[in-house]
Amino acid sequence: MTDTTPLIRIRDLHFRRGERVIFNGVDLDIFPGGITAIMGPSGTGKTTLLQLIGGQLKPTRGTVEVDGQPVHELRRSALYALRRKMGMLFQNGALLTDMNVFENIAYPIREHTELPESMIRTLVLMKLEAVGLRGARALMPNQLSCGMARRVALARGIALDPMIMMYDEPFTGQDPISMGVLVRLIRSLNEAMGLTSIIVSHDIAETCEIADMIYLLAEGRVVAKGSLPELQQHESAWARQFLNGEPDGPVPFHYPAADLAEDLLTMTGT
Amino acid sequence: MFFDWLQQLGHRGLDIFERIGRAHLLFFAILAGQPGLLSRPRLVIAQLYSVGVLSLLIIVMSGLFVGMVLALQGYNTLVKFGAEESLGTVVALSLVRELGPVVAALLFAGRAGSALTAEIGLMKTTEQLSAMEMMAVDPIRRILAPRFLAGFIAMPLLASIFSAVGVFGGYFVGVGQLGVDAGSYWSQMQANVDIYDDIVNGVIKSLVFGLVVTWIAIFEGHDCTPTSEGVSRATTRTVVHSSLAVLALDFILTALMFGD
Repeated sequence: MTDTTPLIRIRDLHFRRGERVIFNGVDLDIFPGGITAIMGPSGTGKTTLLQLIGGQLKPTRGTVEVDGQPVHELRRSALYALRRKMGMLFQNGALLTDMNVFENIAYPIREHTELPESMIRTLVLMKLEAVGLRGARALMPNQLSCGMARRVALARGIALDPMIMMYDEPFTGQDPISMGVLVRLIRSLNEAMGLTSIIVSHDIAETCEIADMIYLLAEGRVVAKGSLPELQQHESAWARQFLNGEPDGPVPFHYPAADLAEDLLTMTGT
Repeated sequence: MFFDWLQQLGHRGLDIFERIGRAHLLFFAILAGQPGLLSRPRLVIAQLYSVGVLSLLIIVMSGLFVGMVLALQGYNTLVKFGAEESLGTVVALSLVRELGPVVAALLFAGRAGSALTAEIGLMKTTEQLSAMEMMAVDPIRRILAPRFLAGFIAMPLLASIFSAVGVFGGYFVGVGQLGVDAGSYWSQMQANVDIYDDIVNGVIKSLVFGLVVTWIAIFEGHDCTPTSEGVSRATTRTVVHSSLAVLALDFILTALMFGD
C-alpha cells in the first residue's frame, strides 16, 4: 500500500435483485497499488460487486466511488471515460469469438485510439509476451484451452494500461499449472504496471497467497477484513468456517426448508 | 384460488408490458446509434453479408419455386376463361404485391432472424456484451445498430430478388412448358403492373417487415435469459413472433394500400 486515500470507496451499499437482498450495508475501501481480495461463498454477490464498481449496475442505496467519482451518478460519456481506466477479467474470458487472439487484444486499442497499425502490433505483441502467449496470436478463441483464454483476456484487460484491474473468479476450473501461472501473473502485473487489483474468488489458498487485504462477504455484509494472519486470528466463527472450509457452521449446510418430517408427509407438489 | 389466478394473470400482463417497454427503449437506443455508423460503414457491410448475402440461396430457390407454382395454378384457372395471356400479370402482381414481401420476410425471419437472435444471445451468455461494456465500448452501437441497419436494408433487396426470380420461374413454366406466348407474358405484365401502386407498395411492405423482423430478432437476443435454454427459447420466439407480426402487418398494410 502506497497511499492512504482509497481508490475505490464503497459506503452503505444496498443492492437487491427483485425480492432478493444481495448487499445490505457494505462499507469497503480499496487502496491504490495493492491486491484486494473479496471472498465469500457462492451467491454472496461478489461478481455483482464488480459490476457495481464498473457501473454496469446501480446500487439501490449507498455510494460507489472510483477515483473520487460516484460511478452510479455518472453520465454515459463520463462512465465510459472512467471504464477506460478499468480492466476486467471475466470468469470465462469473454473473448470475442469472431476474432483471433491478436485482434481481441487489439480491439480496445483500435476502439479508443487512432494509433497506426505498426504501433498497435507492437503493443499487442508486448501484452501477449507479458502473458506468455505471443506464439498463440493467430489462434481463434475456440482453439484455446481455458487457462490460455483467461491469459488472453488478461492481456486484453491490460491493453489500455488501466489503473484498476478486476478479476472475476480467475482461478475457477484451472489445472494446477495454469493456476500457478495465473497467480504469478496477477502479482507480477500488479507490481510491474502499478495496478490496483481486485480479485473476487473463493479459492482461498491461491487468493490469500497474493492478496494484501482480504474482505470476507456473507449475507450482504462484510463479515471480516484484514490481512491473512489477521483473519486467521479473527473472532468471527463464520470467518474461521470459511477459511478452513468446514461444511457446517454459521453457514448452514441446508438451504432453508420446511421441517423434514412435515415435508415428507406432504403427498403432493414438488 | 380465484385470486391466485387473477394475480398470475396480472403478473403476466405486467411482464408483457414491461417487455414491450424494454423493446421500445432498445429500439430508440439502436436508432440513436445509427448516425455513428456513418463513420464505420465496414460494420454494416459485414452484417449485410451475413444477413443478406448468406440468405440469397434460400430466397432465390424459394422465389423460383413459388413463381413456377403460381404459373401452374394461374394457368389452370385462366385457361378456363381463355385468358391465359394474362398469366404474366397474375404472376407478377401476386409476387410484387404479396408473396414477394411476405414469403421473403418469413424466410428472412427463419434464416437471418434466428441467426441474429442466437448470435446476440450467445454473446450475452458468454459475457461478450458485458466485456465490451467494460472496455468502454457500447455494444448497442457496435453490435446491435449495424445488424439492425443491415436487416432493414437487406429485406427489400431480398424481397425484390425473390419477386424477380419468381417472375422468371413463372416464365419458364408458363411459356416454356404450358405454351403461353412469350410476347404476351411480358407485355401484359408491363401494361398492368404499376410502379407506384404495385412495386412501391411492395417495397414499403418489405421495409416494414425488415424493420419489424430485425427488431424482434435483436431484442430477443439482447433480452434473453443468459443460459443455453434461454437462447433456444429466444430463437424460437423470434421465428414465431416475427412470422406472426409479418402476417398481421401484411393484412393491415394491404388494407391500407389496396383496401379502398
